[in-house]
Amino acid sequence: MAVVLSVRDLTKTFKSGSRSLTVLDSVSFDLEEGDTFSIVGPSGSGKTTLLGLCAGLDGPTRGSISLCGHDMGSLGEDERARVRNEHVGFVFQSFRLLPTLTALENVMVPAELRGRRGIVDGARDLLAEVGLGDRLGHYPTQLSGGEQQRVALARAFINKPDILFADEPTGNLDAETSAHLEEIMFRLNRTAGTTLVLVTHDAELASRTGRILRLRGGKAVEQEVVPAP
Amino acid sequence: MSMRFTASFAWRDSRGSRRRMLLFISSMVLGVAALVSINSFGDNLERAIDNEARTLLGADLSFESDNPFPDDIEALIDSIGGNQSRRTSFSSMAFFPAPGKARLATVRAHEPGYPFYGSVVTEPAGAADRYLEAAGALVDGTLMNQFEVETGDSVRIGNQTYPILGRILETPRESAAVGLFSPRIYIPLAGLDTTLTTLGSRVEYEVYFQFPDGRDADALRDSLQATLRAADVGSDTVREEQEGWSRALTNLYRFLGLVGFMSLLLGGLGVASSIHVYVKQRIATVAVLRVYGASVATTVAVYLVQAIGMGIVGALLGSFVGVGLQTLIPVLLSDFLPVDVVFAVSWPAVLLGSGIGLGVTILFTLMPLLRVRSVSPLDALRSGADEHASPLRDPWWWVATAMAASGLVAFAIIQAPDWKVGLGYSAGLAAVFLVLAGLSSLLVKGLVRFTPASLPYVIRQGVANLYRPNNQTLMMVFSLGLGTFLISTLLVSQQVLLDQLDVLGGGEQPNLIMYDIQPDQVAPVEQLLAQQGVPVMSSVPIVTMRLEAINDETIDAMREDTTQRLSWAHRREYRSTFRSTLTKSETLVEGAFQGIWDGTGAIPVSAEVDVAEELGVDLGDRITWNVQGVMLDAEITSLREVDWQRLETNFFFVFPEGALEQAPAFHVVMTRAADDEQSARLQSAVVEAYPNVSSIDLALILGVFDAIFSRIAFIIRFMALFSILTGLIVLASAVIVSRFQRMQESVLLKTLGASRHTVLQIMAVEYTVLGFVSALTGILLAIIAGWSLSYFVFEATFVLHAVPLLLLLGTVMLLTLVIGMLNSRGVYERETMDVLRSEI
Repeated sequence: MAVVLSVRDLTKTFKSGSRSLTVLDSVSFDLEEGDTFSIVGPSGSGKTTLLGLCAGLDGPTRGSISLCGHDMGSLGEDERARVRNEHVGFVFQSFRLLPTLTALENVMVPAELRGRRGIVDGARDLLAEVGLGDRLGHYPTQLSGGEQQRVALARAFINKPDILFADEPTGNLDAETSAHLEEIMFRLNRTAGTTLVLVTHDAELASRTGRILRLRGGKAVEQEVVPAP
Repeated sequence: MSMRFTASFAWRDSRGSRRRMLLFISSMVLGVAALVSINSFGDNLERAIDNEARTLLGADLSFESDNPFPDDIEALIDSIGGNQSRRTSFSSMAFFPAPGKARLATVRAHEPGYPFYGSVVTEPAGAADRYLEAAGALVDGTLMNQFEVETGDSVRIGNQTYPILGRILETPRESAAVGLFSPRIYIPLAGLDTTLTTLGSRVEYEVYFQFPDGRDADALRDSLQATLRAADVGSDTVREEQEGWSRALTNLYRFLGLVGFMSLLLGGLGVASSIHVYVKQRIATVAVLRVYGASVATTVAVYLVQAIGMGIVGALLGSFVGVGLQTLIPVLLSDFLPVDVVFAVSWPAVLLGSGIGLGVTILFTLMPLLRVRSVSPLDALRSGADEHASPLRDPWWWVATAMAASGLVAFAIIQAPDWKVGLGYSAGLAAVFLVLAGLSSLLVKGLVRFTPASLPYVIRQGVANLYRPNNQTLMMVFSLGLGTFLISTLLVSQQVLLDQLDVLGGGEQPNLIMYDIQPDQVAPVEQLLAQQGVPVMSSVPIVTMRLEAINDETIDAMREDTTQRLSWAHRREYRSTFRSTLTKSETLVEGAFQGIWDGTGAIPVSAEVDVAEELGVDLGDRITWNVQGVMLDAEITSLREVDWQRLETNFFFVFPEGALEQAPAFHVVMTRAADDEQSARLQSAVVEAYPNVSSIDLALILGVFDAIFSRIAFIIRFMALFSILTGLIVLASAVIVSRFQRMQESVLLKTLGASRHTVLQIMAVEYTVLGFVSALTGILLAIIAGWSLSYFVFEATFVLHAVPLLLLLGTVMLLTLVIGMLNSRGVYERETMDVLRSEI
């Protein structure tokens, strides 16, 4: 299986005046095609920072990230954006739908950014797959939290990404909605063969992934392989 | 970068904000409207002047002179041929027997024929065709209104009484505004009381030509130029008259264009300030786009496309409003225009106005749009994850600012009468901007810092709200403050000038001047004054004279010498007096004043310092005076400073006793009437007894001042109105863009137990304080400006009248409160949970 994400000795330090704060310290791991991976840890342990670095949203202070064969450290801002557009899907805790766009238009945005045409049918199918086939023309304010997150999930899959990053995807949802969303997420992951990287506080959700990385104070304290059910 | 995506995303992203965007650009709409209307009016005016060129002069050629044409010129006029018509004009008292009142007027005595082109428009129509034959008069409408006389009443000029056949509405060569300063009366030249033109009055003699044979008047005039100049005869052709008007009116509408410039500047700042907040609210969207692979250029392009769209809509709306406004300008300025301006849409003006509006919108949105460049995709994960550096550290911010500033300065230079005015205007506005910004920020900081903790909570919270992020407090204070500044400067300076005139007329100062009194009339006039119970405060002889030579070089020789520049001082007719002492308004600055001449050597004269400088003469220089044909040699033996602001008989040159007693002279007598009624009675009595004697009273001067000031004030009020309107639009935009924030605040206060009343009170305090700070900033600056004007320009005592300024302060506060509260409607009514759940 091909390596999709390779993280080596990843360190991130922030400077505040004369003081410096290391929020991530020498983290390394590899993920292959179709892997599911969760990052867990208490608040302030560096989970979101690690996710942002892996997705190329930020640059590391030290170490390297290879995403789908691209050395993210050597790329400029716009080149990293192109890599994200071609290979990455993203789901946020607070959904981050564009408020002025309908559900269908929100899903189409990544494909449109890529310059793809004839994407309406694909977007519609994805929304139907997440159970929102009848909500295409609704704006985010007209959707519930669970529905918004399902739109966000459909948006993340529109470009058929090699890897999906999800930051606390069920953090703002109730238990029932969360369970429904998880089902969809893992199903889409299996169907498309996408690698899945999750940041979560939810131990149950984490246990559904193949591997769990535990962070504490920016350091990887444990990498656990979860036995298949 | 996909243009398709950029355009379609820009359109979709604007959903829900389009009405707000319309509000953002409404300040720009005002600016474009002002520009389009003013420039379009200018184009129409030029076309009207071109079309009606001949009616401007009323003839093909004219000659004019301050003296009766000499024989050689009369012979020349004879030889020119064509149709001719003469006119004699002078100032004289016009006495209206019906109300029994008199006033100084410009009398124009005509021969039949003039105007050969165009017409004198009267009410009733056609009176201009009858008054010459019927030996009647046409009287300026303003004068008839002032004395409440009607057609059919009569007017006496000198010893002649004329029935009034109509009121003058329009005449060739003059705009209606002339009537405000010096009302005109048209009478026939035949039968004119010639004593009026021979007894000291300044008279203008004119002859008008019409050439039915189509002769080239310009070529003819050029061939006669030397002869005419030698005889001090001026001339005018249609082309010259047209050029003169064109120049004057171009300056007028270019000055008006500066009004457009200011509203555009404010509009630009208003748009920049709104876009700044708008972009801040779009950071999450930009961050998501960046996460999904949008490049920096794509995200900037999205918002640039929106800005261009806003600019286009603003330009179109502005042009539409401007074309409508343009129909109003000729109505407002009709008094100043020599021709009727016909309304027509000027497409070049529309294109120029909308182009400039679009350009300014784009230039001013560049600065806030640069913020989009620094939005990190990390902002999608954690808002505020990336600390954004101050824009002042971004070199592109400086480039964008420099582009906006130079674009505006270039525009001001294009629009102003000349580049220095444009540059000065830009610099002045920049200085006002800096001072206003500094003052307002000091005031806001001071208020927040020094608000006593003992004040009720609602007041403290309201004041603290001025520091709410995205509140645009500074921009609002600037726009409202600028408007208040313009209006209060006007109020302050008007008060200073009026006070000065009051001082002139107050105490024991004279307030009525009578002139053109012949030597044999002096004693009877003084006696008449005594009978009326008023004092003779001064009685001064005046002799008219011209400069013949300076240090033996004749003025004619100087005129031939192209290396010398002759000024008004060389050419004018001087009215000098003779006396043995200086007056209270004169101060000797150099030499010794000699009050008596014993008849030997050159006559020692005293020159006023400014006229001496203008003539380039100093102590010891010799001047040859032509005193109505007699040459007198004089030497400058002293220089005086004169306080021209005193209502006294002041002179450029003062002769000693013993030099001019034999010269033909007239006298000026000054007196003081107790009130307007006594002044009117006195003037009527004098003009009845001595029709050649003219008088001016302080009320007349005040009237002229008021007429001039009200015209200038109109333009300044127009600028102030634009400025305040822009400030209110910025306020409305700021309230609307921060609406969600206000809702959150309101919900939080509600949750903490605040009643609807309390929330509304806090909002009211915020808007009232905002209005107060803005108005106070403008008023403080206006007091400084008013003091500077009175000290440096008017040279008058600065007196501050608080009541009008307090009224203005209250009005601005009330306006701000009303607009703020209107736009905050519904903020309190939103359901608490709605707001808490909402992310948008």
